[in-house]
Amino acid sequence: MQWEVVIGLEIHTQLTTQSKIFSGSATTFGSEPNTQASLVDLGMPGTLPVLNKEAVQMAVKFGLAIDAEIGQHNVFARKNYFYPDLPKGYQISQMELPIVGKGHLDITLEDGTIKRIGVTRAHLEEDAGKSLHEDYSGMTGIDLNRAGTPLLEIVSEPDMRSAKEAVAYVKAMHALVRYLGICDGNMAEGSLRCDCNVSIRPKGQVEYGTRCEIKNVNSFRFIEKAINSEIQRQIDLIEDGGKVIQQTRLYDPNTNETRAMRSKEEANDYRYFPDPDLLPVIIEDAFLEQTRATLPELPPQKRERFQSQFGLSLYDASVLASSREQADFFEKVVSISGDAKLAANWVMVELGSLLNKQGVEIDESPVSAEQLGGMLLRIKDNTISGKIAKMVFEGMANGEGSADEIIDQRGLKQVTDSGAIESMLDDVLAANAEQVEQYRAADEAKRGKMFGFFVGQAMKASKGKANPGQVNELLKRKLEG
Amino acid sequence: MALDRSDVEKIAHLARLGLNDADIPRTTEALNSILGLIDQMQAVDTTGIEPLAHPLEASQRLRVDAVTEINHRDTYQAIAPAVQDGLYLVPKVLD
Repeated sequence: MQWEVVIGLEIHTQLTTQSKIFSGSATTFGSEPNTQASLVDLGMPGTLPVLNKEAVQMAVKFGLAIDAEIGQHNVFARKNYFYPDLPKGYQISQMELPIVGKGHLDITLEDGTIKRIGVTRAHLEEDAGKSLHEDYSGMTGIDLNRAGTPLLEIVSEPDMRSAKEAVAYVKAMHALVRYLGICDGNMAEGSLRCDCNVSIRPKGQVEYGTRCEIKNVNSFRFIEKAINSEIQRQIDLIEDGGKVIQQTRLYDPNTNETRAMRSKEEANDYRYFPDPDLLPVIIEDAFLEQTRATLPELPPQKRERFQSQFGLSLYDASVLASSREQADFFEKVVSISGDAKLAANWVMVELGSLLNKQGVEIDESPVSAEQLGGMLLRIKDNTISGKIAKMVFEGMANGEGSADEIIDQRGLKQVTDSGAIESMLDDVLAANAEQVEQYRAADEAKRGKMFGFFVGQAMKASKGKANPGQVNELLKRKLEG
Repeated sequence: MALDRSDVEKIAHLARLGLNDADIPRTTEALNSILGLIDQMQAVDTTGIEPLAHPLEASQRLRVDAVTEINHRDTYQAIAPAVQDGLYLVPKVLD
């Protein structure tokens, strides 16, 4: 049987506000437990939530960026369930009237085609605290620093048809929220988390199959692996005559399997109702326009501009525009060096492999945009060759200073003084008198390869610093003798 | 709409209320009389009327995004039944 996979995703993004969504506590990650948990966050009686304007603005910004209808009249609701990291016994969320309505996001598939993924809605809510299940005298430890951190939950349509498409969507969403500056995207710290809804159906069938939800997958790699293992589990189950039961599952990276959460962990009767502590939120047109004006250039527009302004290929332009930090770095290198193609090559190839090797992001790059731009200038004005540039780049990566300093200290300046090159060539020819004889005696057809030998010797003698064009020309003249 | 015993048991469980078996009939009756009033209200024709999110004719005021709270952990934890390493301790959630 041919199966079709149907995937929808819920992405939780922590918004980068200074304070929490309903209280004035700080949202800093990694602070001492419970030092950022105020009376409101603790759910103490008599406290009231007051909504953070910045969180609202960030949600609106997101909505505008995905071309969504903004809920200009949106309402907070209580989602009721009991868990110790949720002190109030309910999470303030949005149900019927979310702040962001239907929108969409385009993703680029592996074959280069663009697919539009629908976004059903996105709503504001508060994050819960953290439960630490290590042994605290047989008890569970609760840290409420995270409780009340603003979240934007982004719900997609079931538009994805493979794990790869799902990953492409999460990556595009990750890039977008970072471009907008509304989420730092740090998946290891839980700033962006993903729930995957997966079902299968016989190819051609219109109705959806029964879905399972894989909770809280926290890396791009695990999203792909978790979905693929769940797809296989469902196919095996159905082909063996079984039935998929709708349930919530957890992915275990160690076994590469999903397992059902115990029913105790599952509570899906949330009895939502409008939160009487919060009034409806009205987004005025002026606020909307004000927010629209703060939107930065987004990845698709940047990609197009890189193509038209700098003449880059679609591939190079998409790679460079894929993250805001990388695009900014690239543009800075271009503005210093004045050569977009050279800058694109160095940023994508040499810098890319350096960052990969060191396992760091571009904003922690050991070579700054200023340094790289400065070095490209020296390639362009013939101070160094492309080959020497790789040595200079290595020097910059090792913290030896700017390109000019390294060229100076290591004496890497290209030799273009023809007198100096000539005398060096005379030495090379004298040291290889026998080969010179053979060259002069050989016929034209054989000379090409022999000529290469002399070029090699000359570059070696100059430690790669002689201008290759001049070496060629002078050498030819001397050998003709 | 009327609730039966199993509905009441379920609702009590969701709300973590420990109802005595003997209390269930009385609670069922009380809840059903509330629902009777709601049924009466639902009979009203509300075509064209926007659902009410809040009884006040006002909209939510927004707060400037600024940290205004300082660390009062020791004060708050003084009334907690059990704490360790700055954490609130609760009965084990997972076994």
